Amino acid sequence: MKKLSARRRHPLAAVVVLLLALAATGGLYAAFAPASKAQADETAQSLAIDEGKKLYSVGCASCHGTGGQGSSDGPSLVGVGAAAVDFQVGTGRMPAQQPGAQIPKKKVIYTQAEIDQLAAYISSLGAGPSVPTKAEYGPDGADIAKGGELFRTNCAQCHNFTGKGGALTHGKFAPDLEGVAPKHIYEAMQTGPQNMPSFPDTTLSEKNKKDIIAYLNAVNGDDTESPGGLELGGLGPVSEGLFAWVFGLGALIAVAVWVAARTAKAKKS
Amino acid sequence: MSNNESPSSNEPRRGKAPAGERVADWADGRLGIYGLAKANMRKIFPDHWSFMLGEICLYSFIIIILTGVYLTLFFHPSMNEVEYHGSYIPLQGQMMSEAFNSTMHISFDVRGGLLIRQIHHWAALIFLAAMFVHMMRVFFTGAFRKPREVNWLFGFLLFVLGMFTGFTGYSLPDDLLSGTGVRFMEGAVLSVPIVGTYLSFFLFGGEFPGGDFVSRFYSIHILLLPGIMLGLVVGHLILVFYHKHTQFAGPGKTNNNVVGMPLLPVYMAKAGGFFFLVFGVIAAVSAIASINPIWSMGPYRPDMVSTGAQPDWYMGFSEGLIRVMPGWEINAWGHTLVLGVFIPLVIFPLVLVSIAVYPFIESWVTGDKREHHILDRPRNVPTRTAFGAAWISWYFVLLVGGGNDLWATHFHLSINAITWFVRVGFFVVPVLVFVATKRICLGLQRRDRDKVLHGRESGIIKRLPHGEFIEVHEPLSQDALHTLTAHEQYVPAAIGATVDENGVERKVKGAEKLRAKLSEAYYGEESQIPKPTVEEYKEITSGHGHH
Repeated sequence: MKKLSARRRHPLAAVVVLLLALAATGGLYAAFAPASKAQADETAQSLAIDEGKKLYSVGCASCHGTGGQGSSDGPSLVGVGAAAVDFQVGTGRMPAQQPGAQIPKKKVIYTQAEIDQLAAYISSLGAGPSVPTKAEYGPDGADIAKGGELFRTNCAQCHNFTGKGGALTHGKFAPDLEGVAPKHIYEAMQTGPQNMPSFPDTTLSEKNKKDIIAYLNAVNGDDTESPGGLELGGLGPVSEGLFAWVFGLGALIAVAVWVAARTAKAKKS
Repeated sequence: MSNNESPSSNEPRRGKAPAGERVADWADGRLGIYGLAKANMRKIFPDHWSFMLGEICLYSFIIIILTGVYLTLFFHPSMNEVEYHGSYIPLQGQMMSEAFNSTMHISFDVRGGLLIRQIHHWAALIFLAAMFVHMMRVFFTGAFRKPREVNWLFGFLLFVLGMFTGFTGYSLPDDLLSGTGVRFMEGAVLSVPIVGTYLSFFLFGGEFPGGDFVSRFYSIHILLLPGIMLGLVVGHLILVFYHKHTQFAGPGKTNNNVVGMPLLPVYMAKAGGFFFLVFGVIAAVSAIASINPIWSMGPYRPDMVSTGAQPDWYMGFSEGLIRVMPGWEINAWGHTLVLGVFIPLVIFPLVLVSIAVYPFIESWVTGDKREHHILDRPRNVPTRTAFGAAWISWYFVLLVGGGNDLWATHFHLSINAITWFVRVGFFVVPVLVFVATKRICLGLQRRDRDKVLHGRESGIIKRLPHGEFIEVHEPLSQDALHTLTAHEQYVPAAIGATVDENGVERKVKGAEKLRAKLSEAYYGEESQIPKPTVEEYKEITSGHGHH
């Protein structure tokens, strides 16, 4: 201490103190600042992007181009966002089996972790809608009746009253929405996959989307009850007419044949 | 019955007559029931399952009236807007018309309401389907011939009125599906040149949808059309009684008798029992399967629409006409003629009328003014049968057009391809079906001829001494021979003598030539196989034939 005290007026003392202070501040900052976490995330994110790029090169690049710029076989993926990737790959639509009027959903090929990596890579190509959180598509606070009204206004013209699906031109179709995960319905509205128009938050607010999902869950979910008995596909008068002819009139004709065959016959000698 | 007349005789009686007899006497004194009973109780009806199709129609009509009365107790035919507060959660708080609200109330909050609604609607679909099949039975067996042409028209009118009664009923709940159907109808009315707009305003009391159409459709649906139909049904039944029922050819059955069972007791018991069977089947269908779930469809609003918006099946062919019609229109002098809608509107009645007028065309071609009480087997009248089959195929092609979206999704086809198939098929399919049906009929006639002349194939193979294999044919019974040869065959009508006894040539009218041509097409060599004659039969069966 005496040494320090003796040299405290040394011309370089101020410099040394300054250096020490800077070192301490910098060190403390380095130790505690959130910057360190950001640094770590950045590494994970870039790792994910790298992994995603590898997956992309194998599974997607042949149609969408090596850099996601698109080709004659597939659209550009710049700016479609993570939500589009999560929907298309998460429902098995991508990678496509074959070109056609419309790519149908099928068995999901990638794990959720791989899908996230692909999504990370695609969203690194350009900003786009991100994957929604459970708070956004969950049922809490949703207005089912409002969702029904929105569904009939915006969705029913292709997907039918309760989302049973319908035909579009040239072999395209609006699929049945039964059993589709709420997250995927949300992403579809957000990104407008294939022939579907997109409904960004400016058109259909986050709350509106939540309402629609809640409505679908109520009328076309796993535990939806059909108060009138068999639903007959929920397709309207065509299936009802078929049922009336085959089972209604069919049964009645069978009964008529039965009644006519049982007659009071005159006894044969 | 003769016992019932005993009170008129002066024989002394011990004590009072039995209560039943006194009641019957009382009624006879005022209503003349003995005379009616005498005339009708022993009325004979022949037995065949296809003769009961009309009964299915009658009974489902009665079921519709009964259930309809129950529904009127709870339905409010009003378009006042109310907010829904019933038991169905996904619609709570929505604005809707009172008509929709009360139908929701019937479906969820009235005891048995949903079942009755479903019985009413299923019975309506089955009523129309049964009328269709009944009409085809009458058509293919030639039961529409003199003296029954008027009754054919009564039946046809019942079918058409049934279609419109069904359509107005389907529109009453004011749900999104039926509202789209009413909108469709409005579009069709609007397409009528010059007066379309006026008609539409007249019908809806102003701009569509307005606040009137539910109450207007209501009185049409529950009063006007069913009233007319009830009258026609009564007339139809009176005529059935008056003409007596037709019967198929067979031993002992002639044009002058009816072979079957008496109305009382046999037919009354059968018909009464059959009513309950029909009611039972319809109730079972209604308890099993949902129909017109308006809660899924939501209330009608003109700014909403759903895919899969079809009318009930009996209007499906009109939907098909519109769906496949190219969207042509003519714009001139500031007006638009929407041919894409107007042409289907014109074809719509033609499809129906083409089958309704057929009996008159046939009687003109044959020139046959006799009465017919023996039914034809469809094969023995190939041209009529082919015409009927072609008409059904035409109707079916249009039904495919009406459901083109569901054909597309369920068979993974392109809706455009289906539409083109229907456009071409509208013209081609009936022709193909006509040709094919006629050939099938002729083939069956040949088979009948073979059976009569050579007997039935027994399935027994015999080897002759020189090695040849033959199948043993067994001769038919006398009854079967009669049944297979009972039909009569027309000779094509030729143009009569063109020169009279004085050698003056008369002018042959175009209609006469046309008739001769049609008659040749109906009954010429190409169109019927000569039925075996007695001589042919004797020659073949005279012993030396080895078949």
